[in-house]
Amino acid sequence: MTEMTDNTVNESGEKQKPRIATAALCGCFGCHMSFLDIDERILQLVELVEFDRSPITDIKEVGPCDIGLIEGGVANAENVEVLRDFRRHCKILVAVGACAVNGGVPAMRNQFELKECLVEAYINGIGVENPQIPDDPEIPLLLDKVHPVHEVVKIDYFLPGCPPSADTLWTFLNEILAGEEITFPYSLIHYD
Amino acid sequence: MKNIENFVSELLSATENAPELLLQDLCAIQQRYSYIPENAVEILASKLNLPAVQIYGVIDFYSFLHRKARGTFDILFSDNITDRMLGNQSLIDSLCEKLDIEPGTPRIDGRVTVSVTSCTGICDQGPALLVNGMTVSGLNEERISKIAELIEEDTPLSDWPASFFVVEDNIQRSDILLDDKIINGSAIESLQKNGSDALLEILEQSGLRGRGGAGFKTALKWRFCRDTDSDQHYVVCNADEGEPGTFKDRILLNSYADNVCEGMTLCAGIIGAKKGYIYLRGEYRYLLDDLEQTLQKRRDANLLGKNICGHEGFDFDIDIHLGAGAYICGEESSLIESLEGKRGIPRKRPPFPVTNGFCNQPTVVNNVETFVAAAKIAVFGADWYGSVGSSESTGTKLLSISGDCARPGIYEYPFGVSIEQVLEDCGAHDTQAVQVAGAAGSTVPAQEFHRSIAFEDLSTGGSFMIFNQQRDMLEMVQNFCHFFCHESCGFCTPCRVGGALMKDLVDKVMVGHATHNDLKEMENIGQIMQQNSHCGLGVTAPKPVLDTLEKFPQIYMQRLANRGFEPAFDLDAALEESRQITGRDDAEAHIEYEPLLNTAGQDES
Amino acid sequence: MSTEKTFKLDGKSIPFQDGDTIMDAALRAGEYIPHLCHNPEFAPHGSCRVCIVDVNGRHMSACTLPAAEGLEVDNSSERIMEQRRNILQMLFVEGNHVCPGCEKSGACQLQAVAYYTRMLSPHYTHFFPKRSVDASHPDIAIDFNRCILCELCVRASRDVDKKNVFSITGRGLESRLVINSASGKLGNSALSASDKAVSVCPVGAILPKHVGYDQPIGDRLYDNKPISVVGDVASANNQQENAND
Repeated sequence: MTEMTDNTVNESGEKQKPRIATAALCGCFGCHMSFLDIDERILQLVELVEFDRSPITDIKEVGPCDIGLIEGGVANAENVEVLRDFRRHCKILVAVGACAVNGGVPAMRNQFELKECLVEAYINGIGVENPQIPDDPEIPLLLDKVHPVHEVVKIDYFLPGCPPSADTLWTFLNEILAGEEITFPYSLIHYD
Repeated sequence: MKNIENFVSELLSATENAPELLLQDLCAIQQRYSYIPENAVEILASKLNLPAVQIYGVIDFYSFLHRKARGTFDILFSDNITDRMLGNQSLIDSLCEKLDIEPGTPRIDGRVTVSVTSCTGICDQGPALLVNGMTVSGLNEERISKIAELIEEDTPLSDWPASFFVVEDNIQRSDILLDDKIINGSAIESLQKNGSDALLEILEQSGLRGRGGAGFKTALKWRFCRDTDSDQHYVVCNADEGEPGTFKDRILLNSYADNVCEGMTLCAGIIGAKKGYIYLRGEYRYLLDDLEQTLQKRRDANLLGKNICGHEGFDFDIDIHLGAGAYICGEESSLIESLEGKRGIPRKRPPFPVTNGFCNQPTVVNNVETFVAAAKIAVFGADWYGSVGSSESTGTKLLSISGDCARPGIYEYPFGVSIEQVLEDCGAHDTQAVQVAGAAGSTVPAQEFHRSIAFEDLSTGGSFMIFNQQRDMLEMVQNFCHFFCHESCGFCTPCRVGGALMKDLVDKVMVGHATHNDLKEMENIGQIMQQNSHCGLGVTAPKPVLDTLEKFPQIYMQRLANRGFEPAFDLDAALEESRQITGRDDAEAHIEYEPLLNTAGQDES
Repeated sequence: MSTEKTFKLDGKSIPFQDGDTIMDAALRAGEYIPHLCHNPEFAPHGSCRVCIVDVNGRHMSACTLPAAEGLEVDNSSERIMEQRRNILQMLFVEGNHVCPGCEKSGACQLQAVAYYTRMLSPHYTHFFPKRSVDASHPDIAIDFNRCILCELCVRASRDVDKKNVFSITGRGLESRLVINSASGKLGNSALSASDKAVSVCPVGAILPKHVGYDQPIGDRLYDNKPISVVGDVASANNQQENAND
């Protein structure tokens, strides 16, 4: 497995904190909410790390990072772009939560033809006015299926759960920042 | 529809509603109507007292049975790698074009279907096809044009040129098994004269081992079966010669059928069987009529039936059961399941067929070639056989030779013959590799051509496919992986799922999108299949990949994508449906092939 | 007691009786061997291959391997656990297993065995097969997305309920569970909610209706203790305790 490399030293000779970026692809932000559930431990965490792109920081572009946390599956062209960008910039890329790990609930649409989904949502849906399938170039095109992230880029670690509990995320971050082997007690491995 | 009901009812009364004849009934209905109509299933279900869903389960298991109508002319091109090397694909395209048809679906007028099937055992005279179950060999553009015409004219098969249906024995080298003929009844006489103990002793001394490839000692198998206490014992001849590249049983069943029956009758006499079966692969349906005639002649000559050759109480007869396109049924316990009219799922072992076989009774299942050898040993003696071959592998082996050589065909060699020798004899030059023992066998590179055909070295059921230096060995690997995936029975996880994952990864290599990690994954999946599958199919299915990864790594390396990771699917193609729906084709409506990454996932810069 | 026959499971002596498989003897001795298609109430099946153990360098399914004197069985080396994990991952990518949306989650054996082997992801490429849900029966629903082809319902319906409601059709990756009724739907099959075939499903494929999510998260069978403790080993112990009463 990929390991954390020694933290680089910046120009003024100070040791730099590891940088973490997070993103949500096709998910519900539940994993990010769970991350916030580490509660006051987040104060400890900010002592240890620097946040890069994340909904928490509102930084839009990911820069060189040590750890990238990806929530959500890959459902559209933009998801692919963000995911690749994270892979390019993060030494360690982590699939966080059921959707990133196996497509999760969004992948239930894989049971249907894409056309059926769009027609149901934009043509025949209840309360739809001016029915039409959107074709604006601003809107990312949907992939024919929702995929887990490991089918699109190389993933170093997987944290299952819907969402993974705050303790799972906390345990993982502590262990990886300490350069320890990632091990979870039974209670922290769950898929729901 | 009334006549379907009559047909099925007559069929069932002829077979006395025996549930173990279900597969045979289904084959007959398929042959007559080109599919199994729903009302036929209903009648079968009620008469045989089986749930309809179970009958559908059988239909769906066998490739040659269909729930929807095939064309009046149902054409299946043999699609073994040897057929491909002989150019079957352009012939398939050509026929489809002439008939204006898509492969796999019946033409709108219901006249014809064109599909592919696993190896039909005509590798030495290919490319070949089956039309309504009958073999047409030696295909070329001329024959394809004529076939298209015959179909358009709706000419019944019986009026097609007889030359189309000729399958030669094509014996290129014979030795003791094919040379020394025995007189009908002489093995039976030997048994009567010597007694079964002495005959088992003779068989044991001869060193005869099963010719299917596994090499179990024949005398031991027969003795185990005989010594298992039961009212009924059975003899089964495994003529489900499905291993790609094997066709030697074809000639034994065609020209040595009496010897095959003699061997079965000998076995019956020894183990105390009253009933025997020849399980004939559906692809060899063209041999069926002649085989039935052979059986009838033997009955007429009192070589089968009651009090055989005048020996009081020696009663034995043989029935022929047809397979219906399932490679797995060559595995002896699947074969028995199929013989009982069921889906051909391999049984748990133990118990083994020698104690719990057909209808749970002690059963000997042997290869066609084994029965012929046994019959001859009974007549000519152990020394006649044992003096030929190597110490661990006595006697001779029939090799089915195909691929890149001047003289493909049947070659009989004493065991111990080297690959080099065989290649020289059949006129193979510039050989890159030989695939010994079929898709499930070993890929042997040139530096190992000194190795020999023997149980102690390269064990084989007889398939010997030759690849010259111009061949792309990955095409062979891909062909075999698709074959195994298609033929997996689906019972156990490693073979069912692992086989499909493996096939997809080989396809990924083929199109140049695989990475080193994908190769490691293939090795890992291969090991899981090899070590944990329920039966031999799953165990051997990854072998073409594992063998070539080790011995022909360049066929993979030269195709690897120059990057650390490649997606599992084509990203841009995954947007195609969206593009179609929205009519978009702007830059954002495409996903570019990703710029090069190094293995750490960082930019090269 | 000196005549008692034993084999070694991870170095421990396990007594067995004639006719026992490795699985039978291990369960009776309170030793867990991961399994899915095996259920102690039914004859061994041997299809899932999750119970593979290493016996003298060969991998065998513990549920079908007859116990024999002196066998040395490896049930817990990292090599064996890794291969079991890989086999489980194959089952996960073969179907559509959306644990967050499944009522059986927390009490599902597929999930619990995966937890036990510390599976963190399905690893392989997903097949995402298109499979249906059949809710035509008033009391029972069947979700084919979750079926792992263990055939326990087939066996239970045939051997215990005597109804033959289920069967397997197709071949290879096309193998699938089907229902024996004129419409092919559960609604007009002979299945009833009290059938063994309903309760025997190890995953969330066959579920009773009207009782959704009745166990709160945290109280479900495998929430706090692994299947090695609360699964068939526990049932085997209970039976023995009852027998001793």
